[in-house]
Amino acid sequence: MTNVLINAPKTAKPGEIVEIKALILHPMETGFRPGTNGRIIPRNIIERFTATWNGAEIFRMEMSPAIAANPFVSFFAVATESGTIGLRWTGDQGFLAEEHVAITVG
Amino acid sequence: MAGAIKAVVGAGTIREGRVKLDLPPLVENGNVVPLTVSVESPMTPADHVKAIHVFNEKNPQPHVFSARLGPRNGKAVIATRIKLADSQKIVAIAETSSGEFWSASADVIVTLAACVEDVT
Repeated sequence: MTNVLINAPKTAKPGEIVEIKALILHPMETGFRPGTNGRIIPRNIIERFTATWNGAEIFRMEMSPAIAANPFVSFFAVATESGTIGLRWTGDQGFLAEEHVAITVG
Repeated sequence: MAGAIKAVVGAGTIREGRVKLDLPPLVENGNVVPLTVSVESPMTPADHVKAIHVFNEKNPQPHVFSARLGPRNGKAVIATRIKLADSQKIVAIAETSSGEFWSASADVIVTLAACVEDVT
């Protein structure tokens, strides 16, 4: 189970530029830190974040260990048509999270 | 950092300008540093920002993130939160659809460095 917080408008006018903010709970372990036993904690990060609007990709971000824990991303999108915004996070150790929000344009 | 930038830019030339990199100049906690990159661009199919890359100087790895954008974004503005292991320079590079590279840099002073030891 993953905890995701998405902030996007529910309605928009056609052509309006809307801000989409997404926050996901994830440790973003860098792989450079020694743990309490002195061994390096294995890297565990989100490598990729993608956003789709009705299935078409509108934004993609490749992340590195330099992204803070609980990655927050804000980006903009032009409201073209009503539908769903899909957000997807994939990362190390088979991490996969997907969330959808509906938006009405008109 | 120079090598990582070279890998992205290739033979292209980087010019300063059009990119705005917003970072607090003095950071107390390097684990969470808010960062906003905005690029002046009409974001039309003919002229838009294709990608925004952010690099750091002194973290163990030079990459921070690489984002792919397009005319569907309307505005070339991205905000996120990053980790900084030391006081250093951050560089943002925007790649436009016409193949130009624009950049901005910012110096940050970090008082508590990120993730050198496990605190848990």
